[in-house]
Amino acid sequence: MTPSEIIEILKPHEGDGIVSAAADGTHPHVVVKAQRLAAVAAVLKTDWRLRFDLLRCISAIDWPAQNGVELSYDLISTSLGHAFAVKVMLDRADPQVESVAGVWPAAEWHEREAFDLMGVTFLRHPDLRRILLPEDWVGHPLRKDYPYPVAYKGLKLNP
Amino acid sequence: MKEIERQYRHPPDLYQEGEIASDIRTEELTLNMGPQHPSTHGVLRVVLQTDGELVLKATPYIGYLHRCAEKIAEKVSYRQFTPYTDRLDYLAAMNNNLGFALAVEKLGGIEVPARAEYLRVIFGELNRIASHLVATGCYGLDMGAFTPFVYCFREREYILDLFEAACGARLTYSYITIGGVREDLPEGWIGRCRAFLDYLEPKIVEYNNLLSYNHIFINRSGNVGVCSRELALAYGLTGSCLRGSGVEWDLRKATPYCRYNEFDFDIPVGRGEKGTVGDCWDRYFVRIQEMVQSVRIIRQALDKLTDGPVQAKVPRVVKLPPGEIYYEVENPRGQLGFHLVSEGGASPYRLKIRGPSFCNLSILPVVARNCLLADISAFLGSLDVVMGEVDR
Repeated sequence: MTPSEIIEILKPHEGDGIVSAAADGTHPHVVVKAQRLAAVAAVLKTDWRLRFDLLRCISAIDWPAQNGVELSYDLISTSLGHAFAVKVMLDRADPQVESVAGVWPAAEWHEREAFDLMGVTFLRHPDLRRILLPEDWVGHPLRKDYPYPVAYKGLKLNP
Repeated sequence: MKEIERQYRHPPDLYQEGEIASDIRTEELTLNMGPQHPSTHGVLRVVLQTDGELVLKATPYIGYLHRCAEKIAEKVSYRQFTPYTDRLDYLAAMNNNLGFALAVEKLGGIEVPARAEYLRVIFGELNRIASHLVATGCYGLDMGAFTPFVYCFREREYILDLFEAACGARLTYSYITIGGVREDLPEGWIGRCRAFLDYLEPKIVEYNNLLSYNHIFINRSGNVGVCSRELALAYGLTGSCLRGSGVEWDLRKATPYCRYNEFDFDIPVGRGEKGTVGDCWDRYFVRIQEMVQSVRIIRQALDKLTDGPVQAKVPRVVKLPPGEIYYEVENPRGQLGFHLVSEGGASPYRLKIRGPSFCNLSILPVVARNCLLADISAFLGSLDVVMGEVDR
């Protein structure tokens, strides 16, 4: 199924939830409103024409210029063979979005990583804590304005 | 005999029914497995909550090998990042190079010459064999069989020699670069490669006789750590772990890259031959069968290898147009993905790396629940994770 057909299927479900859509280019996707993400995820997983059963990746991208943090959920359907992505744009000061771990359990670790490195809070996540960095780490390194630490637990780091 | 069988081969549900547990008072014990443990294949720490031999809960702690590869990517140029990809899954550096090069090329619209594409296939598949050899050998080691490990490493040595002849490195190659491969083959390389393939094929039969159909090995890995098809998909398992669960899914067939569509090969899947579909033995055996398929692909690619340049004309400083791409390739451990966002500069605006081992490992707490302590290492070994890629 082509990206434009996928968007056509999503539109009746989420007419006003879809902010924008890109059917062409190297990364076809729809941008949905953050509060509609969980509903869109359920449609993508269960609709018989879509059946996106494999969540490949959740990428968090920091956009200080637009004052937002973008999340990109890349999906693929192993039964139908098509790929697509869903995006949400969150407020940079306090990025919050519903967890999709209930739809795709694979999201659990991806969301923990986005929380750890980008500081996105996932509501109703089963176990939201840092995953790659130590529990007592301060800040979220993949933010563009992340101040490089000068010391960790008394250990001085080279500039 | 019945008593011994109860002692060593009791299924975990016996415990839950209280048949065994009822007459013994047990206390829960928290056990630290790792970070330095031979069967965690690197620096992985798993905190196990155990009740006797039974694992109630397993919590993996990762990040010991975190080197901020994604942050580094934002600071270096596209060409400079290739050596960093070597260090993600350090047992399959060629495939990592390939994934990153393809992501950049697709976004930048760079065409790769035919000879380079075939060379990429040859080296990618050779590296797949090398990586599966390590997986096979180490899995035998986890199960208490030492000999296959030595045999597998002997064969891997030949592949590393071939790599060394072509690019000078034995582990971190940086051979597949943006626009093609770094150098053409040295004289006599193709003959050596063919000789190696002829040598390897009977060895795979030998592994089967030594390990795959070994009664003890089957008892340790069959019916252990079962991931059903639905569970495997839900937790984002890819590669041989997903195929071991019976899902016929391979990116080389589904969305062919590098002319994989020209080659004739099969996708081996787990069939539950020695137990249930998706058990440790299935995942292990899928790797063995994939080695045979890789040999087939390399033979065809060597036949098709045409003359010509091995590098496209790419400027020294690669600059990509603004845009983004999510590109995945089939690595030995699963689908390695690069989410590349470019703002037009000489380095990525954001590069998110999807390591297949990261997703494969996330299933551990689910499968490890209510399984026996000894089966944890059997399951971890069958997942074949490389921590360099989990932690990035």
